[in-house]
Amino acid sequence: MTATVETRLALLRAMVRIRRFEERCVELYSTERIRGFMHLCIGEEAVAVGVLGALDAGDAVVSTYREHGHALARGVPMSSVLAEMFGRVTGCSRGRGGSMHLFDAGRRFYGGNAIVGGGLPVAVGLALADALAGRPAVTACLFGDGAVAEGEFHECLNLAALWRLPVVFCCENNRYAMGTALEREHAQTDLALRAAAYGMPAWAVDGMDVQAVAAAAERAVTAVRAGGGPCFLELRTYRFRAHSMYDPDRYRDRAEVTRWKEQDPVDRWRDLLLADGDLDEAGWTRLVAEVDEEIDQAVTLAEAAPVEPVEDLTRFVYAEQSGVSS
Amino acid sequence: MSADVDADVDADVDATGTIGPVRTTYREALREALREALREDERVFLMGEDVGRYGGCFAVSLGLLEEFGPERVRDTPLSESAFVGAGIGAALGGRRPIVEIMTVNFSLLALDQILNNAATLSHMSGGQLAVPLVIRMTTGAGRQLAAQHSHSLEGWYAHIPGLRVVAPATVSDARGMLAPALASPDPVLLFEHAGLYASEGEADGGPVALDGAAVRRAGTDVSIVTYGGMLPTSLAAAERLAAEGTSAEVVDLRSLRPLDEDTVLASVARTHRLVVVDEGWRSGSLAAEVAARVAEQAFYDLDAPPERVCSAEVPVPYAAHLERATLPAVDDVVAAVRRTVG
Amino acid sequence: MPSLGADMDSGTLVEWSVAPGDRVHRGDLVAAVETEKSVIDVECFEDGVVERLLVPVGTTVPVGTPLAVIAADVAAVPAVPAVPAVPAVPAAPAVPTAPAVEELPADAGVVEAVPVPAGASTYPRATPPVRQFAKRHGLDVADLPGSGHDGTVTRADVLAALAQEPPEPPEPPEAPEPPEAPGPPGPGATAPRPRITPYARRLAAERGAAIEDLQPGRDGVVRARDVPAAPPAGPPPVPSSPVAASARPARVAADGMRAAIAARMTRSLREIPQYHVDAVLELGAALDHLRERNRSAPVSERIVPAALLLHAVAQAARRVPELNGHWVEGTAVRAASVDLGVVVSLREGGLLVPTIPAADTLALPDLMRALRDVVTRARAGRLRSSDAADASITVTDLGETGGHTVHGRIFPPQVALVGLGAVVRRPWADGDLLGVRPTVTATLTGDHRATDGVVGGRFLHVIDDVLHDPEEWS
Repeated sequence: MTATVETRLALLRAMVRIRRFEERCVELYSTERIRGFMHLCIGEEAVAVGVLGALDAGDAVVSTYREHGHALARGVPMSSVLAEMFGRVTGCSRGRGGSMHLFDAGRRFYGGNAIVGGGLPVAVGLALADALAGRPAVTACLFGDGAVAEGEFHECLNLAALWRLPVVFCCENNRYAMGTALEREHAQTDLALRAAAYGMPAWAVDGMDVQAVAAAAERAVTAVRAGGGPCFLELRTYRFRAHSMYDPDRYRDRAEVTRWKEQDPVDRWRDLLLADGDLDEAGWTRLVAEVDEEIDQAVTLAEAAPVEPVEDLTRFVYAEQSGVSS
Repeated sequence: MSADVDADVDADVDATGTIGPVRTTYREALREALREALREDERVFLMGEDVGRYGGCFAVSLGLLEEFGPERVRDTPLSESAFVGAGIGAALGGRRPIVEIMTVNFSLLALDQILNNAATLSHMSGGQLAVPLVIRMTTGAGRQLAAQHSHSLEGWYAHIPGLRVVAPATVSDARGMLAPALASPDPVLLFEHAGLYASEGEADGGPVALDGAAVRRAGTDVSIVTYGGMLPTSLAAAERLAAEGTSAEVVDLRSLRPLDEDTVLASVARTHRLVVVDEGWRSGSLAAEVAARVAEQAFYDLDAPPERVCSAEVPVPYAAHLERATLPAVDDVVAAVRRTVG
Repeated sequence: MPSLGADMDSGTLVEWSVAPGDRVHRGDLVAAVETEKSVIDVECFEDGVVERLLVPVGTTVPVGTPLAVIAADVAAVPAVPAVPAVPAVPAAPAVPTAPAVEELPADAGVVEAVPVPAGASTYPRATPPVRQFAKRHGLDVADLPGSGHDGTVTRADVLAALAQEPPEPPEPPEAPEPPEAPGPPGPGATAPRPRITPYARRLAAERGAAIEDLQPGRDGVVRARDVPAAPPAGPPPVPSSPVAASARPARVAADGMRAAIAARMTRSLREIPQYHVDAVLELGAALDHLRERNRSAPVSERIVPAALLLHAVAQAARRVPELNGHWVEGTAVRAASVDLGVVVSLREGGLLVPTIPAADTLALPDLMRALRDVVTRARAGRLRSSDAADASITVTDLGETGGHTVHGRIFPPQVALVGLGAVVRRPWADGDLLGVRPTVTATLTGDHRATDGVVGGRFLHVIDDVLHDPEEWS
């Protein structure tokens, strides 16, 4: 694959945006400006950027509770993501969802689902709707390795394959279902093999290499869009931080974390671009500064934003036009 | 929201009545409603277990596959969570799916999708998403199917904000509730009582609003509030009571969420006595909800403690005599009314 | 102390990995903190030099407490008080979180310690009716031995105590017990509370029937059919309608009402710095106009001067919104509508203050009807729940008693009260001519925290304007 310099720099910028954003979230959480559960994707940026970058505007995305990176890569404005976590009415879910439930109907971003495996049936249905309507759209369904143990994974892969629906199942395998390691949860740890059993093309990808993820996603999306039925990608990656904000980390040793950090997807890609001469140190410094500037603005906007009036608490329980009061 | 007393009293439930010109069954009325929906809106499709080739577990969708083809009448694998969730996704994607779950007992395999997605997405997304989905399912006992095919769990669903829950009890309602349910931007659960499929009546063909209770029989001495499969039982009890000089008003809730309180309260204001007849279990039930609301809002209208006639608190048993003993019967309703009338 | 999870309120510092003088960078691990879940490393979000450690090892502090001071350079460091090395005492004056406050030493000077009454757990057990019963007879259940389950004081215990000592003098005869609370039985009597349905109780009250005189049916319960039809001379029965269904009898035993008034007015006097502004308003033209209007109206629709004054007050409240609202947690909050509280004195003593909601939007005849309705209901002891809505301003009209001026007390948390005296004829200068005119003295009592006297004066002025402009009466 011969990407242009612009494309390669864009991949880097997109990953740096997510990395710096997540790091700022840590800080904002520590000072209690963000509350609730918050799951960061530091270490998994290449997956978000590679997969989401392969989609068109008309495609649909179904995500998980570790979805800040997916939302940002999909183009959901950073200010509305942050405002959501601040609980403001300007947040992308008007403060009703928080970190785990980011939605953007206009960008066909169908959320942040906090039930492991809960998004898979919805993704199948979105693809069914597109197929019935004759639209050439695909649905990217992101979930973790933990979801593979849920019944819904098996129901949905079967159903999508049976009906040849345009879904790209993207398993973001970061090796831990919260604190339970892959090999302690699955008899067959080669997850692509399990998907292949449902009769769909499935392959594993180095999820720490943004170029590899982008290429695999491109291939999968093209095949699915052409009407070949669903595909499955196992994106092998690692989260550098805790499951949720902080955790005891009793379930993995620090040497393992250090080993994975040597494959940091942001550092790897930056170093490659520096070595190839696509980027110089000054350009790198400038890029980070620009990203930080965007984050600063998002924080300022979120802090200044109003909250939803409590009188509007029960709005949207039912669609406004249905006139039902809960 | 107000009950239409004149139009609905004794309209079409009494299976022993005279045969009218457009007499049909509850099952055929449901099928006709499905056929009309599929014909009139190309976004509508039906999916569920054995809705196609088999013709539906209760033969409701018989013939629809032949008429509309396998794209729009879709047999699904036995994957309740997947196909209910797919219905949610398809609704988000602009279709108007009708999902059939064989019985409410199996809906528990899809409860996560119904509660955590269908009921919450609109609110949790700040109003960006709507889930215009209709889920039909059979409920109720009476056919010796034992504990895993006989329960009435619609009250559980009526607990959930974000859902609309309706229970057609008459042929007219079976015919007329589907179109408004499909037109609703909210997820609607439609409960069909298995004991009603063969009941006959007249279908007037008009749409039935999803949120209004109906007074099925006017009366002055006691309000019997019921819904779904217990409507015929309640009407039969009212008939028997009339013979002994007690005039019972029978209110069919029709919508279990939202509840049409106004009609219930107005009825109790007329009769001053309340008997709720509900095939569900008594504890934490829909009957409890109705009784509580009347106690809260019509306390000074009550001339007797409210009574509830519910199923015995056991898993519904197989043996005929035990099943009979489990379910509310006409005798139980009559006895409860007698207690309130004193 | 960073927030390290959604369920964390405080943490114990177990290790410092830096010392004053150390240079630290963003992302460095500087300390370890023990939470209920485990020991977690604390990372630092700044670059700089550790100036001072504020929290010693072993100390538990609430989330939000500064742990150390990091200087960006050697410039001035803001002084932050160090936390004393007292293990497990969450003492962080700058961050008074709820759990910390309770355990603050009394001299911390942040929150005044509220003493918990000793022996709160020995609060005497008795049901509310027994408690009331004892109180009516001048006894306190706290003084009585309880023979019931777990020492509960029962009605029998109260009767036994009454049998031993002469009872308090009975209630004054002009304060009869309301029908739903049957009169106290004499010493030794054990008349059981009659079993009567809520609807029958309501009917009995409406028809003036004494419950103890009613004959129950065969199951011992008094039902609607056991309540005799209303005598022709009695008050008209309220038709049973959905509206009536929401009505809640609001009769309050006279002593309870007195206690409520006492509490409210004491609070008013204690909490509210009040000012008074008086104005004598000339009513000649207004009353002429009213008379003219009434002449052409059927008797049932005639309007009394009190209603006109109320109308003017409601309009003034709308136009001077500073006086229409509440004092909430140190702030004046304007009300969205003019919900007019109307003081109704009861013939048997005491008073009730029903509310006429959105009184400023009512045309004069509607306001007249609303006034007549609430006064009738208040005096009949049948206020509805809607009558009990929170008022935004209250009017007390003592015109009937002949009093000229009323300097009333504000009902907290409202910020104003309007007092109206009797309509009296007085000499009145109109330009340089002297005449005799009907007048009324209106007094505005204002909460000086919310407004100043000039606002009260403006309010009275608006009343005068409205009274002089019949087109505004509508």
